[in-house]
Amino acid sequence: MLAWTIYITFIGVLVLMLLPRDNARAARIVALLTAIAGCVVAFVGAIQQSNPGEVTTIVKADWIPAIGANYYLAADGISLVLVVLTGLAAVSGILFSWNIEKRTKEFFAFYLALIGGVYGVFLSFDLLLLFVFYELTIIPKYFLIARWGSTRKEYGAMKLALYSFVGSHLVLIGLIAAWVVAKGQLGHASLDLIELSKVHFSAGFQHWVFPLVFIGFAILAGMWPFHTWAPTGHVAAPTAGSMLLAGVVMKLGAYGCLRVAMVMFPEGTREWQWAIAALAVAGIVYGAGVALVQRDFKFVIGYSSVSHMGFVLLGLATLNTVGLDGAVLQMFSHGIIAGLLFGVVGRMVYDRTHTRDFNDLETMQLGKLIPFAGVTFVIAGVASMGLPGFSGFVAEFQVLMGAWAVFPKLTILSGAGILIGVAYTLRAVQKGFYSDAPPRPVDHDHPFEPITIAERFGAVMLIGASLVIGIFPGLLMNWIEPCFKSPLFARLLSGGAQ
Amino acid sequence: MSYLQLLQLIAPETIVTVTMLVVLGADLTVLRGKSLAARFNGGALISILGCVSAALLAFTRLTNANLFKGLLVISPSSDFVKVAILALTVFTILISTSARFTDHVGEYLSLILLGTIGLMFLVSTEDLLMIFVSLEFASFSLYILTAFNKHNGKSAEAALKYFLFGGMSAAFMLFGFSLLYGIAGSTNLRDIAVAIAGKGFDPLLLIALVTTVIGFGFKIAAVPFHLWAPDAYEGAPTPSAAFIGSGSKVASFYVLAKIFTLGFVGAEGSAAYHNFLSGWTPVIAIVAALSMVLGNLTAIVQTSVKRLLAYSAIAHAGYMLLGVLTNTPSSASAMMFYVITYALTTIGAFGVVMVVEDATGGDAIVNFNGLSKRAPGLALCLMVFLLSLGGIPPLAGFIGKFFLFSAVVSAGANLGLLWLVILAIAMSAVSFYYYLRVLKAAYVEDAAADAPPIKVPLLTFLALALLALLVILLGCAPGLLTQFL
Repeated sequence: MLAWTIYITFIGVLVLMLLPRDNARAARIVALLTAIAGCVVAFVGAIQQSNPGEVTTIVKADWIPAIGANYYLAADGISLVLVVLTGLAAVSGILFSWNIEKRTKEFFAFYLALIGGVYGVFLSFDLLLLFVFYELTIIPKYFLIARWGSTRKEYGAMKLALYSFVGSHLVLIGLIAAWVVAKGQLGHASLDLIELSKVHFSAGFQHWVFPLVFIGFAILAGMWPFHTWAPTGHVAAPTAGSMLLAGVVMKLGAYGCLRVAMVMFPEGTREWQWAIAALAVAGIVYGAGVALVQRDFKFVIGYSSVSHMGFVLLGLATLNTVGLDGAVLQMFSHGIIAGLLFGVVGRMVYDRTHTRDFNDLETMQLGKLIPFAGVTFVIAGVASMGLPGFSGFVAEFQVLMGAWAVFPKLTILSGAGILIGVAYTLRAVQKGFYSDAPPRPVDHDHPFEPITIAERFGAVMLIGASLVIGIFPGLLMNWIEPCFKSPLFARLLSGGAQ
Repeated sequence: MSYLQLLQLIAPETIVTVTMLVVLGADLTVLRGKSLAARFNGGALISILGCVSAALLAFTRLTNANLFKGLLVISPSSDFVKVAILALTVFTILISTSARFTDHVGEYLSLILLGTIGLMFLVSTEDLLMIFVSLEFASFSLYILTAFNKHNGKSAEAALKYFLFGGMSAAFMLFGFSLLYGIAGSTNLRDIAVAIAGKGFDPLLLIALVTTVIGFGFKIAAVPFHLWAPDAYEGAPTPSAAFIGSGSKVASFYVLAKIFTLGFVGAEGSAAYHNFLSGWTPVIAIVAALSMVLGNLTAIVQTSVKRLLAYSAIAHAGYMLLGVLTNTPSSASAMMFYVITYALTTIGAFGVVMVVEDATGGDAIVNFNGLSKRAPGLALCLMVFLLSLGGIPPLAGFIGKFFLFSAVVSAGANLGLLWLVILAIAMSAVSFYYYLRVLKAAYVEDAAADAPPIKVPLLTFLALALLALLVILLGCAPGLLTQFL
């Protein structure tokens, strides 16, 4: 069932390609229907899965027997969470880009191709298949930004593409090396993630392969100091592009770290645990600090993404169930909240004011002119700060709890990151929407276009998702928790015992 | 051995030869006075019929034969390479049907066929003499094909350069071969292997080795013997460049691997990290590493897409050489997969360049601006070809790289050859940048406002679409090809 999320999305791409060139309306509707269908399938499929703790096979067929590659789609609770996130992000992204007029059909074709690749990554349990889907997302990202983006779009797009490509090539080196070693041990070629997770790679091998693969993926997760693609990419991207980048693409990286690097090389993970945690906290504090001094509204959100993804990486580095649970939940939570923030800034504000400079926005009194945007941003902002009742709180709280047990000093440092997070969010709310600065005479002949129904729907959907998970975290925790008790993660969590 | 049997064994080559004569004759008689398009289409039809029937014959017969002490060796594997070469010839001819640079249609097509015959003989021999003769036979056709655009001075310059470098390389190769003959007393590769086995570090052998590498280095355009390639690719009529970059590459790599793996057994040495041993693998490893680095880095600054493709060809030759130097059955088949898919992709890329060049008058990257609007189908094909060259899954170029690199790493004990693969993968990350530059022009930049849609000749477009489909198909289901290699 879940495999249809991938197929439906790619069928949507084909249908879009066949549409006549200038029918923007049809393109939007096709894209929206495809995304909704994918989202519904994701929800239904996820709910139907009876035992989220186990890896449940969806499809398994021979693909390239010579190298042991299978067409192997499967899902456990972690995949389910992220597939559902992808579904939500896909729909809301389309709602927030309803006003794309320039080459609409191509825009949505690239958009859906990206979504299809993301679904594929989250559902692949074959290493090669996962890698194929992972790289498949690079090209649409590039074109979405370079073609439909704004500020320094070509630079941002190329930077993102090259960072992604370099990262995936680091992964490829590790993957090939691991494949060769595993072949020697198993006696046959295999790319099955579950089978590979049982292979015992020597400590010396894990010592250098783990950082290679982990960093390869973590580049896309925005790990400091490899995060620099993220702010520029987010700022350059069109609204839906930044929503997807922050919402799901950064999760691809974190997911790869967990699913591939950590599961396959548990000893390497333990060896480098401290380094990961340190870099994660550096990202949390640095991202927040830089966000505090930005003049461009979107850069604030861009750097805040780096900061919040730091929590994901910190959670991964804890190597205890509480922290890992928190990390996965934070992936979901950040996907929703960052999507919403980018939606407000990119679509509701920038598309109307054509500026993201706080100095200009301060004089506009946006809180009065487009109150819906102001309210939405405040809600998203407090969710992002980690106010109890929203998903961000549950997730970051768990990460910190998990981290406290392992690295108390670093945890305190990351607390500073949270405080700065409150500061930059309040600053953004104040400067962006509710400033005291003397208002510029408003051009009454050209008032801002009112907030459209599509935007309202998208915003309500995302706020709702964050609230629901904030109040009933069990909904997702029931999927996530059993995973880390499964044999797949046993070696990682057993603390060195082999 | 009667002549009849001989004729039977070389039936595919014979068919192509006859086809070549028929094409030449038809263009002189039946097609004379017809329009250029009609002559091209008619000639192409005959050539393709001939090539397809030769390919079918080679594909269906399962013959193993070894005539005249290795002068003519026929095996299912060499037959399959012939099929691949014929397929590449067919695609080259298909994209050349819309060419308008010459009115010597019969001569042009028959030269392509002649080159093909040379390449077909090249892959079915284990004898140095025959290798040399058929290689030169094919090369001479390629020299003329390069010079075929009489209205363009660059074409003549390119051909002269190609010819002079080629002649020099032939001299080197022949010198190496003569030393080998001196050592072994035979031109047969297997005899040579027996004679040099256990010789160890022998200066004479080393010279023979190096000069042979130099000779072939020129043919496959590996650094530092690559200097002719960018000029030849740029100046040659585009279909000729496509043929140089595809069919001749497949055959050259097949025979290169044969020479080293059959003829130099026992003189491998080792190219493993921290464990160099003198022999032919370190020599090839150095040439491969240089080609990957220089080819990719130089391609970045190119503005002409043909030159860019030439440098990318140099880089790809570097990757392919990795398959030669590892010298295991799995790496040999991985290399052939890589070379064949690379050749298909290259013809496609050159085909797109040709159409764009005809429509806009140049092959600079700016000429591709707005291609996605002016010719959406063509732009899509270009995207498939370039992304495959860049190694993006699920296209054939990616899976080829995966096969090749994993075979190379498996071949060295203790991951000793991983350094070469790391270099290759790093360089392939670099290559992504320049392929993306071309695609950026096609998909992101806008053409001038009054730029009309580009009319793509139907036959060429069909060929390109078929190639793009093949590239996607072989990427998703590589088993279709690997089962024969």
